[in-house]
Amino acid sequence: MSDIYDLIIIGAGPAGLTASIYASRYKLKNLVLGKIFGGTITLAHKVENYPGFEEISGFELGQKMVNQARKLGAEILQEEVEKIEKDNNLFKVLTIGGKEFQTKTVVIAAGTQRRKLEVPGEEEYLGKGVSYCTSCDAPFYKDKIVALIGGSNAAVGGAVHTAEFAKKVFIIYRKNELRADPAWVAQASANPKIEVIYNTNVTEILGDGTRVVGVKLDNPYQGKEILPLDGVFVEIGGIPAGEFLNSLGVEKDENGLVKVNQNMETNIPGVFAAGDVTTHSLVMSQVIVACADGAIAAQSAYKYLKNFKF
Amino acid sequence: MLILDDSNFETEVLKSDLPVLVDFFAQWCPPCQMLGPIIEELAKEIEGKVKVVKVDVDQAPQTSQKYNILSVPTLILFKGGQESKRMVGFRSKQDILKEIPNS
Repeated sequence: MSDIYDLIIIGAGPAGLTASIYASRYKLKNLVLGKIFGGTITLAHKVENYPGFEEISGFELGQKMVNQARKLGAEILQEEVEKIEKDNNLFKVLTIGGKEFQTKTVVIAAGTQRRKLEVPGEEEYLGKGVSYCTSCDAPFYKDKIVALIGGSNAAVGGAVHTAEFAKKVFIIYRKNELRADPAWVAQASANPKIEVIYNTNVTEILGDGTRVVGVKLDNPYQGKEILPLDGVFVEIGGIPAGEFLNSLGVEKDENGLVKVNQNMETNIPGVFAAGDVTTHSLVMSQVIVACADGAIAAQSAYKYLKNFKF
Repeated sequence: MLILDDSNFETEVLKSDLPVLVDFFAQWCPPCQMLGPIIEELAKEIEGKVKVVKVDVDQAPQTSQKYNILSVPTLILFKGGQESKRMVGFRSKQDILKEIPNS
């Protein structure tokens, strides 16, 4: 085992990268372990509400953060954490690849994984008409009929992006009003290709053995239970990543979100958390909030290190 | 890394003696760009056992249609000219290696 880090950050999205930027400027030796560099925001085709950037792709915004963190001296590795163990005053972080690192503090910024519908046909037709990424796959549906499932910014924004290619885009939402920002809802309303189907859930994804041909609805649309489609994009939110935290005993809420206080402290001294993985994301799960969390978590780690005699 | 199109897919992939891992990608797709460096690293690790190539779906529309590519990135492992395994979406190097039996 090599050097002991001052801080290991788990997650390379906006929360983790901001924690790293601040940590580096606090002169803390920090390591970032992440699966997706730039985080979930890299899936967003267009971001128009991050201060300082009138319009930028999620991917570019994420990459700028990665580059900045690297430039300040952080080591950023593509690794998935298997578990964290307490080792006297230190923490041992073990990766799925079999690597082991030692650190004095940890910031958990592992974000979320895309939530699945968990209906028949969803897994079978993944990549064959079922997708979780409009910025990746919208262009495959040129002149086709598709549906976005969900009512959030990702769903409505995704619908607007997909409408650039598709002939028709349905937004299928379980509630009676879209919860996306009015700015996105206005863009969708103004687009004649986009139609919203409210108070409806998809109960099955139908295919012909090769690709998606439609979906089954729990509430008939124009009298029919089956809606013929060429593609389905699922945007129903995220599940907090965090099985790797179970052995450490980090307290989570009933939805698996890591509990944090205003200082981004968890129930374990020396362990902090930031971003979509935390209970703070219930207030708002946005990049700007994740970044703020990351900065505060780094400050808390810095203060902890100053006071603790190792 | 070799980037194929419709003209050379058959020769380089279907007629290859070694198994071939094909990374179907698109220029516009962010996770594809993230997968890029991972594929490069992976290619070095399995060199000699598995050939690794990339296909830009825009440059290979017929091949993409033949293999029903509706999502990028899609990784397909070919053995003896036949599709042996398919992985859809971004994944880590370890996840990909798990799916490739060591020959």
